[in-house]
Amino acid sequence: MVALRRASQVFFLLLFLFLLLRTEFRGTVGAGGDVRMHWPVRLFFELDPLAALGNALATHALYRGLLWSLIILLPVMFLGRFFCGWICPMGTLHHFFGNLKSESKRGKQGIEANRYKPWQRTKYVVLIVVLAAAVCGTGLVGWLDPFSLLVRSMGLSIFPGANYAANAALNALSHSSIGPVQAAGIGLHTAMTATVLNFKQPHFRQGIFLGLIFLILLAANLRVTRFWCRALCPLGALLGVASRWSILGLHKDAASCDKCNRCLLHCQGGDDPIGAVPWHKAECLMCMNCLDACPHQSLEFRFFRKEAEVVGPNLPRRKVLTGLVTGIAAVPLLRANTALGKSRDERLIRPPGALDETDFLAHCIRCGECMKVCPNNSLQPALTEGGLEGLWTPVLTPRIGYCEPSCVLCSEVCPTGAIWKLTPQEKGWVVGVGQDKAPSVRLGTAFYDHGRCLPWALATDCIVCQEWCPVSPKAIYLQEAEVVDADGNKKVLKQPHVDPSRCVGCGACEYACPLQEHPAVYVTSIGESRSPDSQILLTRKKGKAQS
Amino acid sequence: MASENPAANNSTTESPACGNATAKDRLTRREAMVRLLGLTAAGAGTAAAAVWLSKHSALPVSTTATDARRDHTVEANATLPEVVVLQGEDPRALVRRAFAELGGVGRFIARNDVVVLKPNIAWDRTPEQAANTNPDLVAEVVKQCVQAGAKRVIVTDVSCNDAERCFHRSGIAAAARGEGAEVILPDASRFREVNLGGEILQNWQVFGPFLEADKVINLPIAKQHDLTGATLGFKNWYGILGGERNRLHQQIHQSLVDLAAFMLPTLTLMDCYRVLLRNGPTGGNLEDVALHKTLVAGTDPVAVDAYVAKTYWNIDPDALPYLHLAERRGLGRADFSQVRSKFLQIT
Repeated sequence: MVALRRASQVFFLLLFLFLLLRTEFRGTVGAGGDVRMHWPVRLFFELDPLAALGNALATHALYRGLLWSLIILLPVMFLGRFFCGWICPMGTLHHFFGNLKSESKRGKQGIEANRYKPWQRTKYVVLIVVLAAAVCGTGLVGWLDPFSLLVRSMGLSIFPGANYAANAALNALSHSSIGPVQAAGIGLHTAMTATVLNFKQPHFRQGIFLGLIFLILLAANLRVTRFWCRALCPLGALLGVASRWSILGLHKDAASCDKCNRCLLHCQGGDDPIGAVPWHKAECLMCMNCLDACPHQSLEFRFFRKEAEVVGPNLPRRKVLTGLVTGIAAVPLLRANTALGKSRDERLIRPPGALDETDFLAHCIRCGECMKVCPNNSLQPALTEGGLEGLWTPVLTPRIGYCEPSCVLCSEVCPTGAIWKLTPQEKGWVVGVGQDKAPSVRLGTAFYDHGRCLPWALATDCIVCQEWCPVSPKAIYLQEAEVVDADGNKKVLKQPHVDPSRCVGCGACEYACPLQEHPAVYVTSIGESRSPDSQILLTRKKGKAQS
Repeated sequence: MASENPAANNSTTESPACGNATAKDRLTRREAMVRLLGLTAAGAGTAAAAVWLSKHSALPVSTTATDARRDHTVEANATLPEVVVLQGEDPRALVRRAFAELGGVGRFIARNDVVVLKPNIAWDRTPEQAANTNPDLVAEVVKQCVQAGAKRVIVTDVSCNDAERCFHRSGIAAAARGEGAEVILPDASRFREVNLGGEILQNWQVFGPFLEADKVINLPIAKQHDLTGATLGFKNWYGILGGERNRLHQQIHQSLVDLAAFMLPTLTLMDCYRVLLRNGPTGGNLEDVALHKTLVAGTDPVAVDAYVAKTYWNIDPDALPYLHLAERRGLGRADFSQVRSKFLQIT
């Protein structure tokens, strides 16, 4: 049974890693030249009942694939938290790291650490807080949802780090002066570039912090096995609650148990499998370790058993109320600042297809899928741009990368509809046919800094921004102007201007500007199509090119 | 061995060899000598390594190729035209005929040549939008080179937009692979710093495959561009560079000539099948595209650019300073009337 469980854990962990690795465009094009994802990269979010419940509570709807989470939730209601012990890739990682304890933490101390502890109920308080907050209209359940945390940490920190390390090592090999080493290095580099390595090294703001949080959680296993699963995981808590009336449970044969503690030594959930104390049903991950460890075969999983046990969270009313109040108070407190009002951050540029800010914050679970998939690395986890509530939500950062005109991959991978599913045609920047209407999605508007722009301030030719402008007719137009350079020579230059009615705010101009550390053209969020309150123009030009 | 050294494994009851009561706390003379020798060796080694390293400590200098200039031109032949202009329905037929008129593909490609084709694959656009070179044209050039016995035919470009998208949505990756080309994406690890030896362009990052070629064929597409009026064959060489090439616009004519003097192509085949007349070089709108079904092929890159600029945008060589600069550098002739040319209609 344990071997079967291990196989299942390894399978789902590898599946998870594979799908995360494939959460990028690797050069296969669908019909009509459109770029699509060829793997169901949102699979684990679709199976996540917590993401579904949070989405349902915050948005009063259930976004496309999230209905699939019933595949997990319903069996858990009947059978218990098998998901945590058998499927969850986050759980599997913690399981593995729990086995790396030092010798001194494995014996008596390990047994003691594996007895049920009242602090394991913390996760239910966490669950109550995030769900109460969801009812008040926020998606911050994703800060702690295990898949959200895993994708964010792996996709934005661990994977990019590994990619950097692999490239550095292979580059060193392929520049070696020893022939065979060089050949092997180049061969390996080519093979890995074709399969696992990123074509362009991704960089993410806060990458080190996201990675550290994850590594600290993993390191906690060296003290307490599956500390995350036992004490913090809100999905584990949800499944623990759901398992309350399940019909499968641990049968303990009290007569044959001699309290040898072997079951405790290997227990994952901290649910007291040992005889003479009640079993904690909601804590058990059904890893089956205790069955294998018991020398007297006094433990067994049985259907429809009736024994003394502790079911559900077993949370005192005071703690429930504390959680509720915290969750309910959190949202107004988080929003009692300027992030949502008129003075919102000018650089709060959201991906194409993003909902208006309040709805966006309700839908987005801060998982980082969109940032992982963005081909230009332009989506970055927000720190303060969206207020504290917007922590780790995606922000388009043109200096790092612009929004690729025909790309809608972020909207395709978004599991919750914060970035609503778009087709390239609906995005409407440039796709196949002539445009006879104004682009339908706009992220913001570009502006010139005349104090830095080469043709404006430095009497130098440039207009790279205009060259890159992807819409047609171009949103950057030129005017010839006579300028005088430092030597007193008169020169005629083309000076760029923005047409706000055509600008889609993609940021290509800002990205391409030679003044890279502080571009002379920059995009701010005003004019973004998602937000009717954030507009410059009274009316917008429609119709065909005028030239 | 142990018997030679009783003090080392002495027990507390036995009196030590040297008779000193505190001797058991101390190293024997022999042990002390060994340790001192070891420390001296390690110290000397560390010092030697430090001295060696400090002698080798110089300002990091990037390695640049000394003989940077890439001249891939073939011998001139006074009996053959230098530029042919062909019009017809099938881009592939235009390519075949162009080679035939210019003396056959065997004149340009030798057996076992490594041929690099440089189409324009800069933008995330489909073929109809005419921002990238026509994929059929690229495919046919690949086919001709393969048939001429080239060892490798490489199709590559350093794109502006996301390269994977550009290569695939342009249709060029699939079309070129279909004829047996190696399609190489601009992998960051394959750039090398090279001294271009230009008047204003010296050390720049150049994409590796361009430095390892026996023959290079330029496959630009003719597009409108607001800085110079049109972006043609010379401008296509921007796509061999990495680094911050967005600075090149500041002195575009001199940059173009420096680049063209560094990379002399075997042949230039300018795609004028679809010509982007407005909103270049990115385009996107089909209304900006004119169907001219033309290919301008030639061994004189200056003449090719001069002809196309005049024909589609009515730009005289005098309005494109780089053409005259290039002529002065001996890269070709800006006056198209002096060039042996041939015009053909293919039905």
